Amino acid sequence: MDPTPPAAASETGPPLASLSGVSHRYGDVLALDRLDLEVRKGEVLAVLGPNGAGKTTAVSLLLGTLTLQSGAARVFGSVPDAAEVRRRRGAMLQVSGVPETLTVAEHLALFRAYYAAPLPTARLLEMAGLQELRDRRFGKLSGGQKQRVMFALALAGDPELVFLDEPTAGLDLDGRRRLWDEIRGIKAAGRTAVLTTHYLEEADALADRIVVIHRGRLIAAGSPEEIKSRTAGRVVRCVTSIGLETVRAFPETASAETRGQHFEIVTGAPEALLRRMFQLDSGLSDLTVVGVGLEEAFLALTGDGADPEGGA
Amino acid sequence: MAANTRPALFWHLRIALLETRFQFLSSLRLPAFAIPTLLFPVFFYLFFAVVFQSGGPSLAAPTYMLATYGVFGVLGPSIFGFGVGLAQERDTGALLLKRTTPMPAGAFLFARVATAAIFGAVVIGALFLLAGFAAGVELHRSQWFSLAGIILAAVLPFSAIGLAIGAWAKQQAAVAVVNLVFIGMSLISGLWVPIDMLPNVMQDIAIVFPAFHLGQLTLKVIDLDLGRPIWFHLVLLGGQTAVCLVAAALGFRRFSGR
Repeated sequence: MDPTPPAAASETGPPLASLSGVSHRYGDVLALDRLDLEVRKGEVLAVLGPNGAGKTTAVSLLLGTLTLQSGAARVFGSVPDAAEVRRRRGAMLQVSGVPETLTVAEHLALFRAYYAAPLPTARLLEMAGLQELRDRRFGKLSGGQKQRVMFALALAGDPELVFLDEPTAGLDLDGRRRLWDEIRGIKAAGRTAVLTTHYLEEADALADRIVVIHRGRLIAAGSPEEIKSRTAGRVVRCVTSIGLETVRAFPETASAETRGQHFEIVTGAPEALLRRMFQLDSGLSDLTVVGVGLEEAFLALTGDGADPEGGA
Repeated sequence: MAANTRPALFWHLRIALLETRFQFLSSLRLPAFAIPTLLFPVFFYLFFAVVFQSGGPSLAAPTYMLATYGVFGVLGPSIFGFGVGLAQERDTGALLLKRTTPMPAGAFLFARVATAAIFGAVVIGALFLLAGFAAGVELHRSQWFSLAGIILAAVLPFSAIGLAIGAWAKQQAAVAVVNLVFIGMSLISGLWVPIDMLPNVMQDIAIVFPAFHLGQLTLKVIDLDLGRPIWFHLVLLGGQTAVCLVAAALGFRRFSGR
């Protein structure tokens, strides 16, 4: 695919996991469109994209829970659902949970039994911050606590490769920060992780490398700094009589959206842009210029932030 | 993978037993499962066979009900455990998560059948005690054992029904479908009321239900069945179980092709 930054060349031998030219359809909807993806040993890779971008589909194909339609998926050099692969891989899926009538310790005991050399229970409880909750039933836990249990289950087998599919979805800020701390521990322990998220902030906080997926296609890949710098600039916010299409056609405009009666324009050259706009509309009002936020950078990358829920 | 097979066998066995232990614990802690499956058949028997019949002219009714309520007693845990439990684990994603682990699928199925069998054994035990001591039912030792064996074996065809429901129905729908089958099939198959007291049409319909054939097989032990040969019941029971298993396989294939 075209967005191949110099760093994308294989650095440390073959990738731990990869998708090559993978397309996937649900009926008429094309969820993945010739996607290429590589997971390298020792990295935390964030797969970033809005809802419906195809992130979960990509992860499901690497987990072997979804049947491959076209292209190739390899994990540890094997097909994704090979027995050998399952023993060396852990996963935290977007699921609402495990049976509610069993305790945290019981769930851990069961999952640990699946593996030849599981992590000790005490270590798992500590890694997920669950020491005080070990005898609590799953059904009695808060949303954040449940997510931490699912995280501990993903690590039960001391996996070399961990998939975390939107691990902080539905958590409040505090719960999200806590889980972030625990995810950072994965990398510290020398594991490789693939994280899907629709928060650029989360990808920035946790990942060594980010790939951005939109409508099933890879649209950018690089370090968090590279991804952010591609949209470095300012957000100009104002009320104006100039048409949106006109603003979008300005050479200085990276992207432009309407928010209520305001325009929000991402630009690398706010001064030049504003000179041009004041010439066309001297009545331009309610003006603010701020540094680009992470979400704006993401919207600029995906190119249609006005419609984050739509599309495929 | 090409390692020696003995450790692999032990590993499978260990996981199967652990899955069973937690499946059983989990079911026991779920009042909506444990109370109806354990108490319904026992209370029904206590009420209809012991209290209602006490001082009655014959022991035929309590003996008859022992055979049919026993079958009813394993029907509950089998179809609720598989039908509702499996639909629930599928809807919450727990099943999907387990598919990403090395858990052998056989251990998962074994655990549910074994859990149903444990609940079934508890019900049979309670019914036998009530029958022997409270209702005064007298049978040969071989008859007690035959009854227990047939009733326990009923876990398999009933689990197949539950598996088919769990594979197709969503959690909420599964509760409704399972209840309908639980009550409807029990009634039409003559597990509650002797089948020869039901209208002829219902007796004809009953032939399509595994519960009817299992009821007839247990009744044959005490010579109170309708008189059809054993092979007739076994063949139909086998065919019905095969249909359920195929339906379940199709349901799961649809689920993974998502």
